[in-house]
Amino acid sequence: MAIFVDENTKVIYQGLTGRQGSYYGGLNKEYGTQVVAGTHPKKAGTDVDGVPIYASVAEAVEATGATASCIFIPAPGVKDAVIEAAEGGIEFIVAITEGVPAHDEAWFFNKLQRDHPNVQLLGPNCPGIISPGKCNIGITAGHIAKPGGPVGIVSRSGTLTYQALYELKQKDIGVTTCVGIGGDPVPGTSFIDCLKAFEADPETKAIMMIGEIGGSAEEEAAEFIKNNVSKPVSSYVAGVTAPPGKKMGHAGAIVSGGKGTADAKMEALRDAGVKVGQNPTEAGELMAEIVANL
Amino acid sequence: MDLFEYQGKQFFAEYGMPISAGEVVFSVEEALAAAERLGTPVMVKSQVLTGGRGKLGGIKFAADIDAVREHATNILGLDIKGHVVERLWIEKASDIAEEYYMSFTLDRGAKKHLGMLSAEGGMDIEEVAASTPEKISKIWVDPVDGLTDELAAQWVDGAGLNPDARDGAIAIAKQLYTSYTDGDADLVEINPLILTPEGKVHVLDSKVTLDGNAEFRHPDYAQYDETQTRDDREQAAHAKGLQYVGLDGTVGVIANGAGLAMSTLDVINQVGGKPANFLDIGGGANADVMAGALEVINDDKNVKAIFINIFGGITRGEEVANGILEAMKRVKIDSPIVIRLDGTNAEEGRAILEPALNDMLMMETTMLDAARRSAELAAR
Repeated sequence: MAIFVDENTKVIYQGLTGRQGSYYGGLNKEYGTQVVAGTHPKKAGTDVDGVPIYASVAEAVEATGATASCIFIPAPGVKDAVIEAAEGGIEFIVAITEGVPAHDEAWFFNKLQRDHPNVQLLGPNCPGIISPGKCNIGITAGHIAKPGGPVGIVSRSGTLTYQALYELKQKDIGVTTCVGIGGDPVPGTSFIDCLKAFEADPETKAIMMIGEIGGSAEEEAAEFIKNNVSKPVSSYVAGVTAPPGKKMGHAGAIVSGGKGTADAKMEALRDAGVKVGQNPTEAGELMAEIVANL
Repeated sequence: MDLFEYQGKQFFAEYGMPISAGEVVFSVEEALAAAERLGTPVMVKSQVLTGGRGKLGGIKFAADIDAVREHATNILGLDIKGHVVERLWIEKASDIAEEYYMSFTLDRGAKKHLGMLSAEGGMDIEEVAASTPEKISKIWVDPVDGLTDELAAQWVDGAGLNPDARDGAIAIAKQLYTSYTDGDADLVEINPLILTPEGKVHVLDSKVTLDGNAEFRHPDYAQYDETQTRDDREQAAHAKGLQYVGLDGTVGVIANGAGLAMSTLDVINQVGGKPANFLDIGGGANADVMAGALEVINDDKNVKAIFINIFGGITRGEEVANGILEAMKRVKIDSPIVIRLDGTNAEEGRAILEPALNDMLMMETTMLDAARRSAELAAR
């Protein structure tokens, strides 16, 4: 089993007619993802390599029964695109676009929670999600992932997500689902959302989690793992040696307290029983040990 | 994007907040002229993009013109935490009865905007937060609702300010929140927010960080971009559109993706090397981008070896390899390069690089080995 998306997931692409959208939408389709429609307010009735374009998400959902959407709209339009998807009946929204203003993200995160509590948003500024062999939504190169299980991956960093998939494939370890949650200030899907889903998924037997400096998402995930996750977890946190960013004012420091450094994050994860590697390769090796002992 | 104090105050003033009259100056003569126009007493305030100026002698009260000359002379050129003072803000001095603290920023954990207000304003607010957190009144504002009148009043009443400050503080709270959201700020902070002996609430300092991602709806942000303090290397990288942070080590780093770039610094440090920079060239690795990155790294005189760390995802290994070779033809490199190329079609990419290898261009298959090799080369 996979989490969030699988071979039955029908996906529409908001921005399929654009350069990025048509390129990655095409690659996703080639991979086997059910790419059923695209949207563009002025190009309804046309198609992109055989994929029909509708004027709105609501019309595309009505015509195709899609439950997921993938957003390749430029940053200024993402706020409206997310709301259009939710109002149009989409349940799982993947926003790939980077550079979305933090105030927009905070706004639509809270708007969705209030008016569309059953909608799950992934991103923005994320590589997307892949359930290897079943469904690939976003910009991950599908062939670097080995289908099957037993490992589920959740990552805040794009290239390190690929690195993790690749390290596991080199060791002939399969992946149920790999979720790139992105590194923006207000990610739609959190580590905890993914940990919860992996914990509930019978085919996922172990979890690999890749974090980054900044914020407190890793510390919150560690707390969640300690209390709610029975499956073994390996982890890596990028930025152990990153210089502290120049900070203006005090509000940030007051909010974060001692949190946010890679050391604090790794300490919290170790404390929760997570096997923490010093680099991505080591985290992969730790996962290989975990898998060998399952 | 960080704003100088005077830029932040002008930003606040656009939203109706009361600030003092002042002028930005770049020399002692200009400072004297500004003080004459404003009328003494004035404050002579260094303008640097870092905190803690006051404790380091960067803010002085000047009762008369002679004092302005003395302080301006001393403060211009002063090094404050690595920032050399080039500009001063000369401001009409205010009488202070009480000092407060007020700010808004995003609480990433709560995914709401967090307002903090304290009657114990002034320089040591972090100390207040650590030792007596109950003295900071906090509110979490849902971005969909915004800061309502009711919530603003509740917040101010919870902070235990002087009753005389209540109405003024509520008004400024609402203006500050509007500046924060409409202005797309990551942080707006007033410390101190003062109550004058006449009972007026007034902005005496500003810290503003704007969200560069929102520049598309704020054309006026360009003026702030010009005044960001960057070293020469950072300036060159910024001009080429590269994500670059200068560090003080000897191993130049080029990687694709912020996570991988950060991870590269980690690994270099682990093997005993010292990275000279953080440089993320983004998803692709074409010849243009690679050449630009190599130029920036090569111009850094501290660099003794270069580590190129590329993971091919959608971008295939052979494209990356060709890009590197093409870039090397365009830029004359002074330091040896160690390449680690992995991911999609890595074998094909390595085969392309193979014939070009020599003692100035080396290749390793793992990140750890490549880090070791480049650290050794840099140590020679």
